[in-house]
Formats: sequence, structure tokens, C-alpha cells
Amino acid sequence: MSVITSQRVLFLVFCRSKRLISIVNEERNWSGTTVRSVSVIYVNRNVLLKPHPSRLQSWNEKVFYFQQPTAQKNVSTTVYEEIDMELSGAHILVDGLKREGVEYIFGVNGGAAMPIFDALYDETEVKLIPMRHEQGASHAADGYARATGKVGVALATSGPGATNLVTGIATAYMDSIPMVAITGQVMTEFIGSDAFQECDVIGVTRPICKHSYLVKSCDEVADVVAEAFHLARTGKQGPVIIDIAKDAQRAETIFQHPDTVDIRSYKPQVNGDPAQIAKAAALIKEAKCPMLYAGGGVVLANASEELRKLTLNTQIPITVTLMGLGAFPETHPLAMEMPGMHGSCCANYAFTDADLVVAIGARFDDRVTGDLGKFAPKAKKIHIDIDPSCIGKNVPVDVPIVGDAKNVLTELNKLVDTADIDPWRNQIQEWKQKYPFEYEQKGNKVMPQYVIEKIYEHYSDAIVVADVGQHQMWAAQYFKFTDPRTWLNSGGLGTMGFSLPAAIGAQLGCPDKTVVNINGDGSYIMTIQELVPAITMKLPLKIFIINNMYLGMVRQWQELFHDKRYSAVDYHDNPDFALLAQAFGATGLRVEHPEDVEPALLKAKGINDGPVVIDFIVDEEENVFPMVPAGAGLGDVIRGLS
Amino acid sequence: MSKEERHIFSVMVENRFGVLARVAGLFSGRGFNIDSLNVAETHDKSVSQITLVTHGDAQIIDQIYQHLNRLIDVIEVTDLTTGTHVERELLLLKISTEDPRKRAEILQVAEVYRARVIDTKPSSLVLEITGDEGKLEAAIEIFNTYGILELARTGKIAMMRGGTN
Repeated sequence: MSVITSQRVLFLVFCRSKRLISIVNEERNWSGTTVRSVSVIYVNRNVLLKPHPSRLQSWNEKVFYFQQPTAQKNVSTTVYEEIDMELSGAHILVDGLKREGVEYIFGVNGGAAMPIFDALYDETEVKLIPMRHEQGASHAADGYARATGKVGVALATSGPGATNLVTGIATAYMDSIPMVAITGQVMTEFIGSDAFQECDVIGVTRPICKHSYLVKSCDEVADVVAEAFHLARTGKQGPVIIDIAKDAQRAETIFQHPDTVDIRSYKPQVNGDPAQIAKAAALIKEAKCPMLYAGGGVVLANASEELRKLTLNTQIPITVTLMGLGAFPETHPLAMEMPGMHGSCCANYAFTDADLVVAIGARFDDRVTGDLGKFAPKAKKIHIDIDPSCIGKNVPVDVPIVGDAKNVLTELNKLVDTADIDPWRNQIQEWKQKYPFEYEQKGNKVMPQYVIEKIYEHYSDAIVVADVGQHQMWAAQYFKFTDPRTWLNSGGLGTMGFSLPAAIGAQLGCPDKTVVNINGDGSYIMTIQELVPAITMKLPLKIFIINNMYLGMVRQWQELFHDKRYSAVDYHDNPDFALLAQAFGATGLRVEHPEDVEPALLKAKGINDGPVVIDFIVDEEENVFPMVPAGAGLGDVIRGLS
Repeated sequence: MSKEERHIFSVMVENRFGVLARVAGLFSGRGFNIDSLNVAETHDKSVSQITLVTHGDAQIIDQIYQHLNRLIDVIEVTDLTTGTHVERELLLLKISTEDPRKRAEILQVAEVYRARVIDTKPSSLVLEITGDEGKLEAAIEIFNTYGILELARTGKIAMMRGGTN
């Protein structure tokens, strides 16, 4: 087929302007080919990756006309995409984010990250959400990840921008949340010179991230982005930092995104050892007083279905930790509710008497176990975890199983049957009936627990984002979660200020869900500035503040263990949050009487063009019970003060 | 509490900047001890070997092993103390020879330790000694009686006996 027919062919060639000369020079190699006319315009780089001909026409077109003898078809237009495409590091980064399926980036702009923000300026696939503080950006990315299971992305500049991200990165790390945090870094030639807004972010974040990359050349960007997302979302998930020097953002290079990521030193074990799983099944069969103890790992592994199956098949009572709430429905008769410091007496007594504890994606945290010497003293322990370093860290384990909770439970479910443990189940039911979560109504005060009960009544389908403190515990106790990823909170690091920005991330990730932010008066004011982007984006967040005018959890400890010496916890000088919300431009309501709680909640339901803030002025000195004092055994739980 | 034991880990890592900081940071952050540390490139330029001596009870040693493995840049961790292994350390000693009559005596002792003289000056000489920890400790003790002016030692390097796997 070497019939040479002379044809006029139109080529659209997208390339960097400095490549033009070489393309035209190429002509010499195509014997008999003549370039008839060349017209060049500058098009926005954004268009380069995904050319829309319709858009191009409006720019007079950037076209090459070639007479090319080898053209087979009567082609009039050929789009050469990415021929020797040179892009800047910033654009390669953004392009990489798109390939990873990123929808939102939460960021605050600043000097050393400007090229990245510039690349995002007219980007439509990846939406940039400008936050008001970098901590808000990292929490929003975190909330998005918790609600959706996808990787959250935060972006900040060097130095203070990066250090402000740190709390959010540490929060995500403690709870194994998949996140990629991108920070600008000063120019490579200035690194190490104490330059303006320079900070060794890799050094600062080393103990609080899964991995980190310092990118000093634009040639590394494509690979680093692919690796970072791979690490964030596989194995034990967690935050990964990409610190990218400003000159690497600016410099241009020819690049290729890797199709697959293969890190020779990183091979997480996702399938449990069959022999170990068989051993676990045998222990489950023998046990007379077994219990399941499931944690956040079940939610992260999307293994709720498998956990339900295991519980229902075996009919073994189950306790789900603060981080796992929703992995198993709290409304089910087998659910013993949350264990630990402020957990149910039932779950804590069960640990104390059990002869077998099956831990699934839970890490025997000190807030769960209390005094380790008194924790589940009669029980053999099976521990299923993706992270081998978690197994045996706090509690000796009889049957360790390293693997992804979903895979391991699927295999385990094939080997187990209904357990013959009626006396134990009856004992659990007795505890459950005898010691429910309860509180006393004090006079005509708004009791915080009552507010939570009412929120549950009216928003049972919502995603609840709690902050840290007493309100968090009350929400965990009185809101009955039935589905995974509907309860978001900073369980590991206990970061106050987490919830409002996290709620923003959750709402963007789940636009069809109602997002309820249960906040405290102390935690709300820590990141209150993030009300601004919520209002700008008209997010219909329901922000409910359980306001006791104190740093309540600390005050409770001071009351119980420090002779009521209320050092630095009195927040009576806080502003009126309802008026403040109005000043921001949101709807603000204040509730001071029990009879106003429900009408306010109903009113909030009807407002969907922006956030609603309800300031519930609750009883100031109500305490969270039950309580296992720090250092005590779970059997020594204080059920209440009276 | 189970008894504390000394363990030698051979840690193969990616030969990149910042990797040693991750390893060292792990020890400082979690309160583990490093008794000695040696880092060098291997015959594969992309891999460095860290030989790390630490001590702790069985639970701590297991945690050290797990956490080293958890670092992304760590390719392989071997606890050499679980099998038979050889270990060596290199010691450089600068010894005073101000008293020339002692010179011959020092050289005699050096022979006992199979030390090599690698530099001599009128008032001092430098010895190179290799061996395990016990031998080096003994050498230091004896040479100290002649006056050690300077001392440098590498920290342990070690490997399993026989074929791998």
C-alpha cells in the first residue's frame, strides 16, 4: 500500500510553544511533504490535556496544515494529543490528581504554592475549595475521606501553611484516614537556608504520616503523585505528604503517568493466613463466653457487611468502638454498644467476663481497655488487623491474623456457625436491660443528652460529624448509628476543632445526605472561621452546639479529680454563637428551654440554602457517665454520681 | 516482664536521602534504644544496609521488627540474633608513644590482638583492630594503660552464616 496520493490534511497539534520549531523541522524527514501553512495561537494550557474543538474555535484555532503523503484516510483533522507534551510540575500534579479521581482539593493559597493554585484556577474536573485556615483544609480533606472512603486532598503553602496542616495530618494518621497533603516548598536552591517561609515539613511530619516525598524536580511529579495515592489508599491507610519545591512546580518537562505503581519495599498483606483463620474458627466454636470487638478498621476496609454476617451467623454479642460506630447497627439486640471509658457497662462487663475476644480492626486503645492488667483477664484473644505492628502492641494475642478485615471475615464466615452460648447471651441481655445509658432531668434545664436524643429522632439518617469532648461522648451514646461512614469523629488524636471543616468535606463528598455537625462551645470556636466557605458554597450543614459554657470534659475531670479547681475551662466569655452566625451570614438560633429544642430542630430541617447554627444552652455541669477513670479496670466503671 | 536481650537487626533500605532519619525517628519517637548503628551502601547501589544493635524484651523486639517493616523505604528486616551469625566491628586507636621504651611493648600487645599499625608518628601510632565486641573491649582496656589519645569505632556489622533462605 504505497499509493501516494497528494492530500491536504489538517493537523491540530497541541504542543508547548518551544516545540514548534522541532515539529516544523521534522518536515525534512517526510520526503515530499510540504507545510502549506502554519497558524499558531496560544491556548490555555488547560485545554491541552482535554481539547474541546468547540472551545478551540473560539480561539481562532491553533492549527498546522500539513501536506502528508502517507495519510490513508481522507482525514481532515487529526488531534495529536500529548506529543512530547511538556507541562509544568504544577500542571503535571493537577493532571495526576485527575487521574486519581480527585474531586475536591481543600486549600489555602500562599507564595510557595502559587503555581499549583494557578494550575487549578480554571480547572473544572478538580474543584478547588478555598478554606480559611490550613487546619480547616486538612480536616475538610479528612472529613471528605471518612464520609466517602476516597482519598482526601489538602493543599497549602510552605512554612506556616504547612505547619498549620499538621494537626489535621496527625488527626488523619491516628485514625488511618487516606489523605494526600500537598505543600509548596521554597525553591530548591534555598532549601536549608532558613529562607522566608521555609520549614522542613518532611521532618516535622515524619512521625505523623504514612510516608512523605520531597519533590525537587518536575521530573519526579508524575511518579510521586501515583505512589502517594497508592500508599494513602492501600494497606493500612493514612496521610501521605507531597512537599514540592516552587521551582519544580514551575519547571516544564515531558512526562508520563505510570500505569501501575510497584514499590518493592511495600507489599501489604491483605489476605489472612488460612491456618490462622481456621484456628480462630476453632476457638470461636469452643468458647462459652465469646464477644466480638470491632473498630474503625472495619469501616475503613468497607467490611460492615461481612461483620454483620459474622455476628448474625454466630449470634455472638458485639461491641463496636467509638471509631467503628455504624459498622454494626446499634439498634440490634446483639449490639452491646460502645466499650471503654465512657462506654456501656454491658460492653465493659462483657470484656471482664468473656473467655474469648475477637478483635477486628480495633487496636486495644487505652481508652477502650482501661488498666491493661485487668483487661479481659479470662479471655483468649483473636486479633484481625491489616497492620502487624498493631498486633500484640498493647495486649498479648493468642491468634494473630494479619490481613484486610473484609477478606479475613469473608473467609472466617465460611467456617463458623451459630454459637451455643445461651447462658452468656442471657447474661449480656440482663446487663443491657439493667444498665442502659441514662441521665437525670435537672429542673427546667436543657439536658445535653436530651438534645442528642432529639437530634437522633429527627436526623437518624444523617451523617453525624462530632467534635471532641463531652458532646462527642453523648452523641456516641445516645445517637444509635446503623450504617458505616455516618459517624465521623477524631477518636485517636482527639482534635478539638475537627468537626466543622470535616462536615464541609463530608457534605461535598455526600451531597445527597444531610450532614449534622454536633459541636461543643470550646471546639466550635477553634475552627469557627470555616463557617465562611460553608456559607459561600451554600452548604446546608446543621451545626448544633452543645453549649455548657465550659471546656466540659476537662471541667468534668477537674470536678472529679482536681477538687473542682476549674483552671482555664470557663468559657462564659464566649460570644453569642447565634448572633455570631448571623454576622457570618448564616442562620443562627439560640435555644435555652427544653420545649424549644424540637421546634428549633424542625426549623433547621427546612433551611437548606446554607448552614444553620443552633446554640443549645445546656446544663453547665452535667457529666458524662458511665465512666471508667483513667488507669482503672473496666470492671470498676462508675455508673453515675448518685 | 520477660528479660531484656540484645538483638542485631540487618535492615535493607532504599538508598535515598531521609531514610536514616525515618529509622532513627522511629526509635526516638517510640522510646526504643539504639546501641549501635552502621549504614553503608551495598553492592546494589540502590540499596543501603543498616546494621542496628538494640535491646529490649521480646515484646519490644517484636515491635521494633514490625515498625521497621512498616516504614515504606524499608525493603527487608532480618533479626540476625535469631540464627547463627558473624559480627565484626572495626576499631581505630591512637596511642601515645611519648615514652619510646613502651613502643615495643605496645607493638607486642598489638600482635596479640592482631592489630595492624596504620600510621606512626614519633609521639603516637594508630592501630586498626577488628573483632567482636568482647575483643574490642578487652583491647581498649589494655591499650588504655598506655594512654589512648583518640578512639573511633564503626559499630557492628553482621551477617548470617551459610546460604540465605
